[in-house]
Amino acid sequence: MTNVSENVAVKTLKSEEKKEAKRKARSKRWKSVWRNWELYVLLSPVILYFLVFHYFPLYGLQIAFKDFIASKGILGSPWVGFKHFERFFNSYYFWRLIKNTIGIGVFTLAISFPVPIIIALMLNEVKSLRYKKFVQTVIYAPHFLSTVVVVGMLLLFVKPDGMINQVVRLFGGTPIDFISEPSWFKSLYVFSDVWQTMGWSSIIYIAALAAVDPAQHEAAMIDGASRFQRIIHINIPAIMPTIVILFILNAGSVMAVGFEKVYLMQNDLNMSASDVISTFVYRSGILEAQYSFSAAVGLFNSIINFIMLLMVNQFAKKVNETSLW
Amino acid sequence: MRESKTDRTFIVFNYIFLTLIALLVLYPLVFVVSASLSNPQYVISGEMWLWPKEFTVEAYEKVFKNKDIINGFINTMKYTVVGTALNVVMTILAAYPLSRKDLKGRGFIMAFMVFTIFFSGGLIPTYLLIRDLGMLNTFWVMIIPNAVAVWNIIIMRTFFQSIPHELQESAMIDGCGNFRILWNIVLPLSFPVIAVMVLFYAVGHWNSYFQALIYLTDQDRFPLQLILRQILIQGQTDDMIQATTESFLAQQLSVEGLKYAVLIVANLPMLLLYPFLQRYFVKGVMIGSLKG
Repeated sequence: MTNVSENVAVKTLKSEEKKEAKRKARSKRWKSVWRNWELYVLLSPVILYFLVFHYFPLYGLQIAFKDFIASKGILGSPWVGFKHFERFFNSYYFWRLIKNTIGIGVFTLAISFPVPIIIALMLNEVKSLRYKKFVQTVIYAPHFLSTVVVVGMLLLFVKPDGMINQVVRLFGGTPIDFISEPSWFKSLYVFSDVWQTMGWSSIIYIAALAAVDPAQHEAAMIDGASRFQRIIHINIPAIMPTIVILFILNAGSVMAVGFEKVYLMQNDLNMSASDVISTFVYRSGILEAQYSFSAAVGLFNSIINFIMLLMVNQFAKKVNETSLW
Repeated sequence: MRESKTDRTFIVFNYIFLTLIALLVLYPLVFVVSASLSNPQYVISGEMWLWPKEFTVEAYEKVFKNKDIINGFINTMKYTVVGTALNVVMTILAAYPLSRKDLKGRGFIMAFMVFTIFFSGGLIPTYLLIRDLGMLNTFWVMIIPNAVAVWNIIIMRTFFQSIPHELQESAMIDGCGNFRILWNIVLPLSFPVIAVMVLFYAVGHWNSYFQALIYLTDQDRFPLQLILRQILIQGQTDDMIQATTESFLAQQLSVEGLKYAVLIVANLPMLLLYPFLQRYFVKGVMIGSLKG
């Protein structure tokens, strides 16, 4: 590629001198490629990996518009246009999936996003380094637990004779089988998520707060500003760009509700509230082998995700002048 | 400086708030540890609420006698060690050339990789590819499809770029090739970032179950997390207690204790490594956020 365009570039040059200079530059450039051949050798396995495991599936995505027949392969299978998409849009579970996916995504965003910011702002006001360290050590810990472990703990705590129902009974309430109640699903999902992620997600804000110029605080103190006022007028504006960037990323993935945790918390009784697009794709694709159909559903979800990301980014650009790109 | 009255109220409130948050996170963890060491009877009746009651390690004995758990543990160890080794090597292979400003096509190669964060074929086409490659139910399906993570390449590249360029240049003038520069100059200076990478990837391998759920059907290859799922979430504990001659009620109780013990055993390496994990992970997040 470079070779061709450079040849063209060289031909259009008028003066001999320029031509000579350009040729020197070009040979120098090629020399640098040649001199660094080892770097390309180093890169080659990684590039091969991306081609096979990331780009080939993108090519395989065309089965969403085909009736995939294993014996005919991806290319040989017949095109069917939007048949699978139509089937999905017209199916009775379509709205249920959309409702659950958006519901869980929005609820998570509403709770899991602001909590770490509050924690970071509060931690920033702590003077005792040892106390600060202690709190951080504790609240970072759940980040290292696996999803299986967190859901396993959750199930043990919320079952009818579990810890939480002991408390309910203590106050004279009737025990609830939380995990079988569709109405409780979202809350269980979101609050266990907050429990696991709030500490870890606060790190990035703590770092941003550490960069705030102390002179600003001193000036505000001389003017008689209270701690609370300084948080509102100095600290929050200082971390606003970080907040906006993370908000764009989080809001963009509202429809990308992760498979792993929902799937583990799912059971026959709470299905009406817990079935989301990703678990549906897994069920119909991997378990029921409807490859083309589930590839179409997955593609639909990815497109929505990407559009969401673009929209939130545009919106942030307009109101805040901070954006991803 | 003397705090004003409103500030003092604020500080008191702040300490209360943060202490509550810390307790909220800590309590479930302590509860699991205590429950695993208690007579299960007291756990179910709610009499055990903080410290172990009637201390016993019976549940742990049962866990360590269970061959599924032991097998899962060994499998996870293998996946973690081999997987992490490959991950770190691949990350270095990608990050070092990309850290060099004199690499032609650097921007394009970077974009080629970052593109895959935003666009992917998704579950089904990837599954079909793995199937067609004949990798289902093999050891390598747990290793190769996740050989490297773009985000970690970026972190490592950022670190490499922070190494003074003069060091590499002077070596180059002395006639040192790129392989030797990487091996003898760059890598010895990169211990901190390599440690971060090892931990990032190792924790990821240890905790992942999705890959195994999709690509493995052979119980002998299951990693610990899938075994955990069977015990904790699907409640498959029959074969763990069948051998014993306990009454039905006693069996129910020992299942209860067993679940808590399994939780602890599964996280043992994490608990032991936590001080390192915390320090290096925070470091990694910082390096990443600088240029992310």
